[in-house]
Amino acid sequence: MKKIIIGLGSCGIAAGGLKVKEALQNLAAEADSGIQVSETGCMGMCYAEPMVEILEDGHRTIYGGVDEKRAKEIFQNHALGGKPVADAVALDSDGGGSEQGFLAQQERIVLERCGAIDPESIDDALAMDAYAGLEKALKTMTAEQVVDEVLRAGVKGRGGAGFPTGQKWKFAAGYAAESKYIICNADEGDPGAFMDRSILEGDPHSVIEGMIIGGYAIGAAHGYIYARAEYPIAIRRLKIAIEAAEARGFLGKNILGSGFDFKLVIKEGAGAFVCGEETALIESIEGNRGMPRIRPPFPAERGLFDKPSNINNVETLANIGWILRKGADAFSAYGTEESNGTKVFALAGKVTRGGLVEIPIGMTISEVVNEIGGGTKDNKALKAVQMGGPSGGCIPANMMDTVIDYAPLAATGAIMGSGGMIVMDEDNCMVDIARYFLQFTQSESCGKCTFCKIGTKRMLETLERITQGKGEEGDVEKLETLSHQIKTNALCGLGQTAPNPVLTTIRYFRNEYDAHIRDKKCPTKQCKALISFNIVSDKCVGCTVCAKKCPVDAVSGKAKEVHAIDQGKCTKCGICKSMCKFDAVDIS
Amino acid sequence: MCKDCAQSGKYWDCFEEILEGYSGDKSQLIPLLQKLQDAYGYLPEDIIERLSQRTGIFVSQIMGVATFYSQFRLEPVGENIVKICFGTACHVIGAENIADAICRELGIELGGTTEDRLFTVESVACLGCCSLAPVITINEETHGRLTPDTARAAIRDFKARKAVAV
Repeated sequence: MKKIIIGLGSCGIAAGGLKVKEALQNLAAEADSGIQVSETGCMGMCYAEPMVEILEDGHRTIYGGVDEKRAKEIFQNHALGGKPVADAVALDSDGGGSEQGFLAQQERIVLERCGAIDPESIDDALAMDAYAGLEKALKTMTAEQVVDEVLRAGVKGRGGAGFPTGQKWKFAAGYAAESKYIICNADEGDPGAFMDRSILEGDPHSVIEGMIIGGYAIGAAHGYIYARAEYPIAIRRLKIAIEAAEARGFLGKNILGSGFDFKLVIKEGAGAFVCGEETALIESIEGNRGMPRIRPPFPAERGLFDKPSNINNVETLANIGWILRKGADAFSAYGTEESNGTKVFALAGKVTRGGLVEIPIGMTISEVVNEIGGGTKDNKALKAVQMGGPSGGCIPANMMDTVIDYAPLAATGAIMGSGGMIVMDEDNCMVDIARYFLQFTQSESCGKCTFCKIGTKRMLETLERITQGKGEEGDVEKLETLSHQIKTNALCGLGQTAPNPVLTTIRYFRNEYDAHIRDKKCPTKQCKALISFNIVSDKCVGCTVCAKKCPVDAVSGKAKEVHAIDQGKCTKCGICKSMCKFDAVDIS
Repeated sequence: MCKDCAQSGKYWDCFEEILEGYSGDKSQLIPLLQKLQDAYGYLPEDIIERLSQRTGIFVSQIMGVATFYSQFRLEPVGENIVKICFGTACHVIGAENIADAICRELGIELGGTTEDRLFTVESVACLGCCSLAPVITINEETHGRLTPDTARAAIRDFKARKAVAV
């Protein structure tokens, strides 16, 4: 029995997966072959979307970069004819295909079922052991034993802070109250990170299972999933999964006959990065402006509606079912001495194979970027890898041997973070990157504490001046002073980490700051105020393409004559350069 | 559901429908505002005032929440919404040039609405499709791996399809 499966996570849909699915459905119907066409979540290989899998008697053949034409070929040759379209195979169960390198070093705990099941089918999930950890916990373990198992597994918070999850549960379990809450932080706000989205889209049951187990462990009968409103597909699949879990008795009253009740509600966020901070998130669920509270009291003592509450990130919770099912020892077989398990990264930017990567903690950055990711695009030189988003930092190319673990990453000035890993090449201006992140944190600062509110504003103004060629001697030192003041005095994690992108770029790329400030030059020719586009007269053949494509009519010249760019009109969008086949547009 | 009601003299019907199940639980403010915005396209002043009367939450508090979260709008928007992703991956691959190209194509600034009310262009922090950067969405459609040129083409193509549909 053959089955055709199309990867329809957000990336797959964005790359045109729905059209491919429709085409395959039509083909299957026309051929009256009885071949089933279904869908799955993110397979992790976003760079090769849309992806199509042919599943036959447990044997998987996965095709990448499938368009409608390719789909037809795959359907006729492989699905009907039984002969794989060899040159398009990305992966197959026998270890063949062009993309084995992407998966070879990965370990899948969190993403075990992502890309392998239809996320809208609880039967698919159950066939791959979903809720088996829950069953074991409820039927054979006390709440204390569950907490101990998670403690022993040593899983740390995957949202970025890295606090041991078992400890957190122990605190919340220790407070007696008539009602308690467990909250899943699915407000993935780091720009450049999509791990949580992919997990929720690809295997929502893993998160639901983790929450029920957590509720049982700390004695909470109510759970909230605080999900980002920008993730409509994730929210839709979560809703479907919750309904299915209720229907099967994994949620609701007297779960699996254990006497434990648990109710789960989705709260849609409304767009505020600071709500990733746990007390701000609580304020938001309560219907208020999402401004962090002063701690203590910590949420474990007084959280949502002033009741003991425990907040875990999506990826952390997605580990829990696996840990209970296979045991703490199996989990701690992965990772380093300090940190057990795996970490999911969203690999993106100037990298050849961008996508979702799950690796055992302890690999080096180079192994992830070069071996799994296939290195930089277009043979450009790697410059830095940004980890941890607006709270993290840029790690330079000569430190790619840094081990991916909480402490070694913190020593570089970056952080493990929630899993954003953005590759930057020689064309990226590090001052501009610092300005970019500061602009983000400044606009997302909630305004409660002065150091964050005003400090980030002053830092942003300084960085803007520098990128506009108006920097002054002493600006870098001013940035450093402000950074340290904000880090020490800000109320919550947003402010305390906001200066990290600036501090790391100063630490590793001071020469770029100096070039902007002293020479009024952007070495990578990215900062628009410091560059101009010009036609190279001995290369221009007068093909008129640039003149036609220029959106502001800044290029003039007759056919077969050398063109010219009117600097007064030019907006430095770069279209002329990208369109020129003769390399006749130069940036100076 | 009821952008049409607004024009057909049933302006308050949707409001009543949304508030029907309200139990007095003030933590429902954000979901209520989300539903109201869904219905009306934005949060009109008179709706906010009546919401305050009905729930007992002060207008100042409602405005505090409505202005805090980027999702809420206090001005009407165009029929179609173009969102330009400014996530890190999109930024390093050229989101700014994409935004320039689209804004120029539509003749508006980022955040603005075209005179014919067909398009509003917004920036978003991250759409989470980082491997397809740079990315935009036009309503529910996602367009990835854009250049300024293909971004312009996407807008033109969308307009053309709309024109055919009408």
